[in-house]
Amino acid sequence: MSKTIELRILRQDTEESAPYWDDFSMAWSENMNVIACLMEIQLNPVNKAGKKVNPVVWESNCLEEVCGACSMLINGKPRQACTALVDRLPQPITIQPLSKFKVVRDLVVDRSPMFQALSKVKAWMPLDGTYDLGPGPKISSAQAERIYTFARCMTCGCCMEACPQYNAGSDFIGPAPLGQANLFSQHGSGALNKEERLQAVMGKGGVADCGKAQNCSKACPKDIPLTEAIAELSMETTKQMVKDLLAKGTPRNFGGPA
Amino acid sequence: MSKYIVVGGGLAGLMATIKLAEAGQDVLLFSIVPVKRSHSVCAQGGINAAVNIKGENDSPEIHTYDTIKGGDFLAEQPPVKEMCYAAPSIIYMFDRMGVAFSRTPEGNLDFRRFGGTLYHRTAFAGATTGQQLLYALDEQVRRWEAEGRVKKFEGWEALSVVQDDAGACRGLCAVHLSSLRVQTFPGDAVILASGGPGQIYRQSTHSMVNTGSIMSSVFQQGALFGNPEMIQIHPTAIPGNDKLRLMSESARGEGGRVWVPKTKGDKRGPKEIPEAERWYFLEEKYPVFKNLVPRDVASREIFHAVVDLGMGVGGGMAAYLDLTHIDKATLNRKLGGILEIYEKFTGEDPREVPMKVFPAMHYSMGGLWVDYEAKADGFLNRQSPRNQSTNIAGLYAIGECDYQYHGANRLGANSLLSCVFSGQLVAPAVQSYAKNLKAGEASGAVFEAERKRWEDRLSGIGRMQGRENPYALHRELGHLMVNDVSIVRENGRLKQALAKIAEFRERWNQVACVDENAWYNHPKLFINQLYNMLVAAEAITLGALERDESRGAHYKPAFPTRDDSKYMRTTLAQWTGQNVKLSFKDIDTSLYKPVTRHYD
Repeated sequence: MSKTIELRILRQDTEESAPYWDDFSMAWSENMNVIACLMEIQLNPVNKAGKKVNPVVWESNCLEEVCGACSMLINGKPRQACTALVDRLPQPITIQPLSKFKVVRDLVVDRSPMFQALSKVKAWMPLDGTYDLGPGPKISSAQAERIYTFARCMTCGCCMEACPQYNAGSDFIGPAPLGQANLFSQHGSGALNKEERLQAVMGKGGVADCGKAQNCSKACPKDIPLTEAIAELSMETTKQMVKDLLAKGTPRNFGGPA
Repeated sequence: MSKYIVVGGGLAGLMATIKLAEAGQDVLLFSIVPVKRSHSVCAQGGINAAVNIKGENDSPEIHTYDTIKGGDFLAEQPPVKEMCYAAPSIIYMFDRMGVAFSRTPEGNLDFRRFGGTLYHRTAFAGATTGQQLLYALDEQVRRWEAEGRVKKFEGWEALSVVQDDAGACRGLCAVHLSSLRVQTFPGDAVILASGGPGQIYRQSTHSMVNTGSIMSSVFQQGALFGNPEMIQIHPTAIPGNDKLRLMSESARGEGGRVWVPKTKGDKRGPKEIPEAERWYFLEEKYPVFKNLVPRDVASREIFHAVVDLGMGVGGGMAAYLDLTHIDKATLNRKLGGILEIYEKFTGEDPREVPMKVFPAMHYSMGGLWVDYEAKADGFLNRQSPRNQSTNIAGLYAIGECDYQYHGANRLGANSLLSCVFSGQLVAPAVQSYAKNLKAGEASGAVFEAERKRWEDRLSGIGRMQGRENPYALHRELGHLMVNDVSIVRENGRLKQALAKIAEFRERWNQVACVDENAWYNHPKLFINQLYNMLVAAEAITLGALERDESRGAHYKPAFPTRDDSKYMRTTLAQWTGQNVKLSFKDIDTSLYKPVTRHYD
């Protein structure tokens, strides 16, 4: 008898409508991942009860786990659907949209708050311009590797989903943007506007709201040590707070009389 | 101040956006996915620049020649020259943006070897160079967005350009993915940076959004397609179900060896097969470049060994790409990322067991025809409005969707470079164009007519209730293109493929819009994309049929050599309203004279 794959998918037709479960059954073939299963539903949009349904809608792009698009809850765990190999998943495989973001339709969620958070923490280098100004500073291999570790964040949202402090009712900015805030304060010209970045994560909803559950590092598909970054950032913001306190009342026009 | 429209948020589109914003211009940036998820993230191995850090006397001039020769003398020479001379400054720009390039012990940028050159010329950031470069530009664009210079339209798909009565491009027509609202946007110029058409081929290494739909749409509006037949097949991809994933050329750059067992159908595991019983066919046939021959050569040799000679691993469709002779610490340091990907998708550790690989469609050298203006010294006039301009006034194309930098075959690690460079080049070009633009916007009527055309077309698609599933038809097209229009091309099969594509277009009329929901209806947009893919597939196949020679990635066993007397020319495809028609344009080879291309 040929093998089959059983899927349970939590669906939602519009942003406002109620979610519902839809079951699917399909033929197994070699090397299948969850994306391949969803593609099978597009080819044959009929559910397990034999009813013709609308194909399931999801987000994906690279299918190589570098773009961050296809995050879902698969058997309850936030992860990328492209690396979710069917042969390693107990069945029925349950597939749900990430729960910490607004559902657009089926498995598509709105992760724009994550991109807005990157803006808030000024996750960029303050370049003078893109014209030819020669090479950047020399850095060691060890530092380049450390930067690379944190620079691989795909803004996929798995850490946000896993974080007990991040949800619709809280102000907490979440682990991924904090990881980026720390990254850009560490090297090159990014270190030059570190103060601004630290101030952005100091107040309400900032780094102090982290509950230290450490779920983020475990959930990250790229094994980014987010808890380390948050600990570093926490220390730096404390130092910055003291500095800001001491600076109060002292003249800031150090360049001479205004 | 002018307003410009950029379509596509990969490396090319983001670079153009930054250059325009920096010049004080306003930019509307359209992308189907959040720009950070664009296909550029998939580029693994690196970006080329002759910085000559290894004392090898490398130079931009040699880089230019390698690129022209690698493309089998079909690339446009002045733009390639300008690009290769600009390359070191591009690397430095990314260095200042904080990209974590690999370093030498002294803290300088490190460079590795890639195919088609004998020099260490490829800068890299771990195993995800494209991702790291894209993120650097994404961050800068976010900064301009915060300053109000750039407005992003993520979750929008471009449908066509708006043309005035004279045919000039005056703006864009696009659809919002969730509401399916169709809207037009005026702009002084539109820059297409929409990437390649990989989804035309089944299981290409491209991303899901790479349907080439908007490129085909403007082709149907009158833009010319240059060298559509030039499709790169990457020699080493990882077998998969939903797609074939790239195994970077850097695996060979760092010493990876390609082999098959000398005994046909050998059932032993790779480690049980002694050295003397392995056939390292690339090393044997190409003693100088060995495993680092260009991609077209490597792909054909692997295909020949596995398919023609039937010597695939265990009798199957794969060759070995072996890294197991290199110590694990080195592998982890230099290739860690790509080895993890292999492990994640196959469950095997490539540090212990040789990887199984097979060629897959990877890149389109062809794309929208674009112009350039050269100076007497062979470099470009950087201010010319002609640079990167299509034949439709006001419509520009950059990145993988333009045709001019890679000729008949692209060298590894030159794609990130051409994306960034063309993005830089197009910014002054559109500004020069806008300066000469006659005052006053086009009439509102042309915008309304284009919007109405698309609204009608999409609602028509929504009502389609035929018996064909659009996704199944797409798969058939993909299989056809892989079987008949890829690595080995025969005129009989190309003719059959053309007939098949015509039949698919007939069957397209019988598809069903399989989704009844008006909100976020993917089939509705996909059916339109599918039509556009069928049109582009015809251009690719017809271009291949007409070129009776072998050049770069285009290989016909019946015409095994390059024929400069007849085919030293660009194929120009044009849409007649019904079909694709070809014309040809001679290539200017005054800077670098064509020589026989060999790597042994």
